[in-house]
Amino acid sequence: MNSIPNTLEDLISQEYRHGFETAIEADEIPKGLSEDTVRLISARKNEPEFLLEWRLEAYRRWLKMTPPTWASVHYPPIDYQDIIYYSAPKSQKDGPKSLDEVDPELLKTYEKLGIPLHERAILAGVAVDAVFDSVSVATTFKDKLAEVGIIFCSFSEAVQHHPELVKQYLGTVVPVQDNFYAALNSAVFSDGSFVYIPPGVRCPMELSTYFRINAKNTGQFERTLIIADRGASVSYLEGCTAPMRDENQLHAAVVELVALEDAKIKYSTVQNWYPGDKEGRGGIYNFVTKRGDCRGARAHISWTQVETGSAITWKYPSVILRGEDSVGEFYSVALTNHRQQADTGTKMIHIGRNTRSTIVSKGISAGFGQQAYRGLVRMARSATGARNHTQCDSLLLGDRCQAHTFPYIEVRNNTATVEHEASTSRISEDQLFFCRQRGLSAEDSVSMIVNGFCKEVFKELPMEFAVEAQKLLGVSLEGSVG
Amino acid sequence: MLSIRNLQASVGDKPILKGINLDVKAGEVHAIMGPNGSGKSTLSNVLAGRENATVTGGSVTYQGKDLLALAVEERAREGVFLAFQYPVEIPGVGNVYLLKAALNAQRKHRGLPELDAMDFLALVKDKMKLMEMNESMLYRAVNEGFSGGEKKRNEILQMVVLEPCLAILDETDSGLDIDALKVVSHGVNSLRSPDRAMILVTHYQRLLDYIKPDFVHVLSDGRIQRSGGPELALELEREGYAWVGDAGNEGAVTP
Repeated sequence: MNSIPNTLEDLISQEYRHGFETAIEADEIPKGLSEDTVRLISARKNEPEFLLEWRLEAYRRWLKMTPPTWASVHYPPIDYQDIIYYSAPKSQKDGPKSLDEVDPELLKTYEKLGIPLHERAILAGVAVDAVFDSVSVATTFKDKLAEVGIIFCSFSEAVQHHPELVKQYLGTVVPVQDNFYAALNSAVFSDGSFVYIPPGVRCPMELSTYFRINAKNTGQFERTLIIADRGASVSYLEGCTAPMRDENQLHAAVVELVALEDAKIKYSTVQNWYPGDKEGRGGIYNFVTKRGDCRGARAHISWTQVETGSAITWKYPSVILRGEDSVGEFYSVALTNHRQQADTGTKMIHIGRNTRSTIVSKGISAGFGQQAYRGLVRMARSATGARNHTQCDSLLLGDRCQAHTFPYIEVRNNTATVEHEASTSRISEDQLFFCRQRGLSAEDSVSMIVNGFCKEVFKELPMEFAVEAQKLLGVSLEGSVG
Repeated sequence: MLSIRNLQASVGDKPILKGINLDVKAGEVHAIMGPNGSGKSTLSNVLAGRENATVTGGSVTYQGKDLLALAVEERAREGVFLAFQYPVEIPGVGNVYLLKAALNAQRKHRGLPELDAMDFLALVKDKMKLMEMNESMLYRAVNEGFSGGEKKRNEILQMVVLEPCLAILDETDSGLDIDALKVVSHGVNSLRSPDRAMILVTHYQRLLDYIKPDFVHVLSDGRIQRSGGPELALELEREGYAWVGDAGNEGAVTP
């Protein structure tokens, strides 16, 4: 570990090469939420009238709503007047001055995950004034994407430069009144990503890698909108395997995907937000609404998620299968260790004829972890010949954790086929003894067995992400055996 | 290589091993025979470090070390291998992946460089030929959907890849047809060498037709009742285990 501060010092002392754009005025607005707060946010972001109206509509709806209580998670009530709803990207001077000041546990984790040194500093929130190579990388990527007509930018930029697209699609998959957290997000969302793939274009690269750093300042109410036009395809990677330090406890993001005729969107997430300490103190609440709409025939939307972080996860990436022969997929690995709680699953809403959906959910509980799979498969009256296959497996480590499965199945068309398989198992002493007898440490053995359990999901992840996800699982399970 | 002195162990409250004495030298093959419930499998498990049996007395010295003080994986890395009577299935974990991780964990412990994928594959394919195994088994999940015979072959494949110093084979012959038994024995025999020792735990004499032991011990009621050469196995085959109890407790006879 000795070499790290030295190297870091080298990094910090580098010439200040690229400007850090801090054009935004005043830092924060006072705590609390009112119509004025919403107007202020919209004004600061210089938004067009339609968006302000949209936010206000969301706010008014939100006032009449109550937080959902049906999920099997427990947390004290959130005081929504005690949150700061707008703050300009923070001056980096507030963070720790060097990696020496960062929690050594966090550093150990970075090392185990093999996070490059310069990324470690950024992730830990160290005040590094140097801007690394990612800026030039970003420019190269953007040029390449622009060549084929792809728009990939922050949500704020999209509002300024492509308001017509934003207006056309925003809120069409997740309406403002959809649920309590989505309404809140719609009223006060800070920033996020915007992707538009023009007709017939296959995005030439995974929208990923360096973006994990750039996405850092999007704040707690993130808004993402991805549109794949007719015959277009895109693979989008969200998140980061490294645990991120974050001052905001509540995260309520909304992600909307729109796939038109013959379009394909693959959305992969690795979520590793701070889960809190071993007693569950200080972890992130991740209350997310993610939904995709297969609007045209033969559209295809695939969600793959690996959820290992957050103190509480409330998340159901869903697909509305409107177009004939459209396909929805949900592949999920969710891990809860220590005092983590997760209520997660998916909804597959079959409307079009011959629509197909696949759900593979792998839940792993360790320590005092609480986990629920909650999934809805709905076959509408119009869904002639639709098919769903659901497989839902839980793996328990130790005897103090919990796993629950809540499948909801509604079938209104008697030509539809719905299959549901579920299993709950435990890592057996026999498996553990066998692996150790072959020379593997107890932790490596558990990690190997758990990774085997998750294999069907990991194989859906883009290659590089899959390797990171495997390592992540190992690290997240540390201390759960012996 | 291995010296067991007055070893006692219980499973739950029930004493199973009641004072085992046994010396195994490098290059030797020992067969431990006995009726069901005599403590054969418990002995294998105690040597490998499985926690379901509790050692209540005695000592085991392996290559000068206190074997009982070592963790399961430390014993393995020091060269103790157990071929399981009931090999477990590990869904989703490729056979090849487990083997490579195991071999490299052991090599690392011994200060050897880890093998990369190419070198490892070359090695393991070579060993698979010896075991007359189809290469496709490498890419299947560990023991998942394997027949009884395939599982046992897979155990011996792991053994010939890991090349242990002390191999303990727990009822490896059970559930094998005669062809599989020949292949498995061939694999085991290929490992016989002056610096390696083996303990064959078996109920039947049949295995010993293919793997010739240097010594045969009869375990009954938690003690070694008799020891001798290969001829003892034949005698057992003829007489059955019934007479063992009558042989009286002569104390352990070490060769």
